[in-house]
Amino acid sequence: MSKTMTPELAPPRAVLDQDWGRIGRFGGLIALSLIFVALSNMPVSMETFDLIADQVTLGDVSLWWLLLVAGFAVGKEVVLEGMTTHARGPRDIVAGACTGAVAAAGLSVLAVLIDNFDLRDPLINWSPQTLEKLSLGGSVGSGVVLWLVAGAAIGGVGGSLHVLSERPRRLFVTMLVSVFLIAILETVLSDISEDIALEWLADIVYAKRGGLTIVGVVLVAVLSGAYSWWGRVRAQEAKERFQSLEGADRTRGNAIAFGLVAVATVVLPMVLGGITNELLANVGLFVLLALGLNIVVGLAGILDLGYVAFFAIGGYTTAILTSPNRGESWPDWMPDTPWFAALLLVMVFAALTGLFIGAPVIRMRGDYLAIVTLGFGEIIRLLFLSDWLGGYTGAAQGITNIPGVNVFGLTTVKGTNPQAVFYLVAAFCAVAIYVSWRLEKSRLGRAWMAVREDESVAEAMGINTVNVKLMAFVVGAVLASFSGAIFAAKVGSIFPTSFIILVSIVILVVVIVGGMGNIAGVIAGAVVLIGVLGGPKQPGLLQEFSNFKLLIYGALLIWMMLQKPEGLIPNVRRTRELHQEEFLQDAWLRGEIDTDADPSEGGVAPA
Amino acid sequence: MSERLLTIDNLSVTFGGLHALRNLDFHVDQGEIVSVIGPNGAGKTTFFNMISGMVTPTEGDILFKGESLIGLDPNQVTARGIARTFQNVRLFANMTILENVMVAQHCRTKQGLFGALFNTKSFKEEEAAIRAHGEKVLGFFGSRLVGYRLEQPASVLSYANRRRLEIARAMATKPEVILLDEPVAGMNPKESEELTALIGELRSEWGFTVVMIEHDMGVVRDVSDRVVVLDHGETIAQGSYDEVSTNPDVIEAYLGRPAEEAS
Repeated sequence: MSKTMTPELAPPRAVLDQDWGRIGRFGGLIALSLIFVALSNMPVSMETFDLIADQVTLGDVSLWWLLLVAGFAVGKEVVLEGMTTHARGPRDIVAGACTGAVAAAGLSVLAVLIDNFDLRDPLINWSPQTLEKLSLGGSVGSGVVLWLVAGAAIGGVGGSLHVLSERPRRLFVTMLVSVFLIAILETVLSDISEDIALEWLADIVYAKRGGLTIVGVVLVAVLSGAYSWWGRVRAQEAKERFQSLEGADRTRGNAIAFGLVAVATVVLPMVLGGITNELLANVGLFVLLALGLNIVVGLAGILDLGYVAFFAIGGYTTAILTSPNRGESWPDWMPDTPWFAALLLVMVFAALTGLFIGAPVIRMRGDYLAIVTLGFGEIIRLLFLSDWLGGYTGAAQGITNIPGVNVFGLTTVKGTNPQAVFYLVAAFCAVAIYVSWRLEKSRLGRAWMAVREDESVAEAMGINTVNVKLMAFVVGAVLASFSGAIFAAKVGSIFPTSFIILVSIVILVVVIVGGMGNIAGVIAGAVVLIGVLGGPKQPGLLQEFSNFKLLIYGALLIWMMLQKPEGLIPNVRRTRELHQEEFLQDAWLRGEIDTDADPSEGGVAPA
Repeated sequence: MSERLLTIDNLSVTFGGLHALRNLDFHVDQGEIVSVIGPNGAGKTTFFNMISGMVTPTEGDILFKGESLIGLDPNQVTARGIARTFQNVRLFANMTILENVMVAQHCRTKQGLFGALFNTKSFKEEEAAIRAHGEKVLGFFGSRLVGYRLEQPASVLSYANRRRLEIARAMATKPEVILLDEPVAGMNPKESEELTALIGELRSEWGFTVVMIEHDMGVVRDVSDRVVVLDHGETIAQGSYDEVSTNPDVIEAYLGRPAEEAS
């Protein structure tokens, strides 16, 4: 947001003129993180995953990257107008090296402790395997020395990033990240390469037993480096050109971009392999859920922590209507409804549930409302699980044998055909996007915004807040029930364990991380979190991390809240709200800030 | 005599043991501009909150065009035709200026889910009408709130313009009575003079009946047909500005009793 400045640079400071306290603090902090990672068993459990064949494993990287971050972070400076800024120099490398060494020393302490004490009881990963990993293959003593050297070296590299000018720095980071990404996405990329007849390329890049080959590393580094050095500037320019478009040009630009995305959505699944399509289908299910929750939370400002209830209602209603295996208490004459016919009833039932849950909940505000919705979310799941309704819902055994979706007799959409599932989900996502987009600019959407801003004033301005909020609840419920209906047909069976509270939380995290109140943001959030990390039960691209999914979710959420609370692709209003002061400053700089003078009189603001 | 629009009949409200308002009798006729004055804590804003349905009175009745407003929600009161502004400006800060006045027409419009989703003809017409009326009420304040400002968030507005937008938002609800809670607070003399003239126009050009809480006696003198003085939740004087301003009870409420009498 803030303007970039080119401050007058003072000569670099002396190498030993360091802020030792800061180095100690950062080093200690990273040391704690390293110890935490080591005791979470990441280094050992990921030992078998080779990033570079026979050279580097994911287990190694789980520790090393923190040292790199340590070296870089310690040299970060906030530059404010009027402050003396020193040129960067060897001092930054030394600072990075020292921080890295301090952090590594902390980790070494853990190695020594594991060697001498036994704490396996509370800490299950206080194990010989961890010790072996921390000793780097040798004795504990040699391990300590090696860690200190490695810490200083990697920290120094991190610190030296400050010395480099912007372009080479980007080059370095892009190369590093690209190699890492290509290495970690081996399974998926191999799968795709088979579908588009590029196996020969995959064979060059990846070693037989997993991991990149040396040739592969060089190839990826050179290509990504070339892009970073020459391509990035052009891409940036194109992006800026696009953003500076106004009026009709902008609308046309948006339409073209939207068209491209739509075409990609249709074409890509044909090219991609089964694994990727399965993944995309899961992402789609969560996009649908997140778009629904976005209306409830993002537009109307109702913090619903029990959103999974409507997902469950959609799933169970579909299962009961379509499966021949529905609970034994249903009458025998009940027909096995086709999916599309069932969908109508699902919508009606979801809307009714929305009203039923919403009516008591909606009269509450803020924290109280959140807690009550949390309760209702669990109540719905427990009802499905209960013996009382067991005859109708199958209790813990769930409902199985749910048939796929018969699309006009042309094809049957079910789990074994992830591509078809994806198209079905994408169609419903398109509906959800259309609904969100239309409603946001309508009378109802404005009323939701007003309620979100200030409920009492909205009511005093003639808005029936109860009705308006109920409407948001119902629209959100119906969208979630679509997702549930597709989920039931995709999986073919449905159990109460699919609708745990974690699902509600993950959907909310998707909305928050993506960008609350922004359709593109919500989709981006689902792609990043569900696609890359995986859903509550669904695997993501990074299957290696599946055991640490919730840890990463948590870390990511904290980082986002600190650095970018408005989300990946933010909503304009929300950004304004969260960065009110910066926004007003910028407006003032652009001369848009309001003075009390009437511009028609050409007057000036009173002093 | 013109039609009696708003009748307050023996109205009382207590918060716990505190009598915020006590046995208030009061009326407003069609086309009047009435000022409510009184020292801080006299119950003026509570009085407004009660008319607009945000506080329920413990006793008494409020009649608007002969019908009781007691028990109605604030949005229903607004729908009947009573709009208000707030003393501590409460705009929808992150909505644009135009959206602020558009959303205030909620109770005068009716397009719902169906119209919005299918972009029906009636939906488009209603949107255009909402927009036109919004721009019309904003235009009441000259060029300050229109033009490029329409699409700016309300948070960039200066203090005086926020007050103007609050009034515009109340006007947008198409009321018959408009309740202004300290409309000129925080404005400089030139601005309050200008706004005083506009308050007159609210009646002459828009046909609104105005009830106004105000501390600025200059403004009260210039626009009011009638002044009501509240103190400790009770009416201590009513009448023209001149009658009220020379009333010994009023002077006492504001300035206290002379020293020799107090002892």
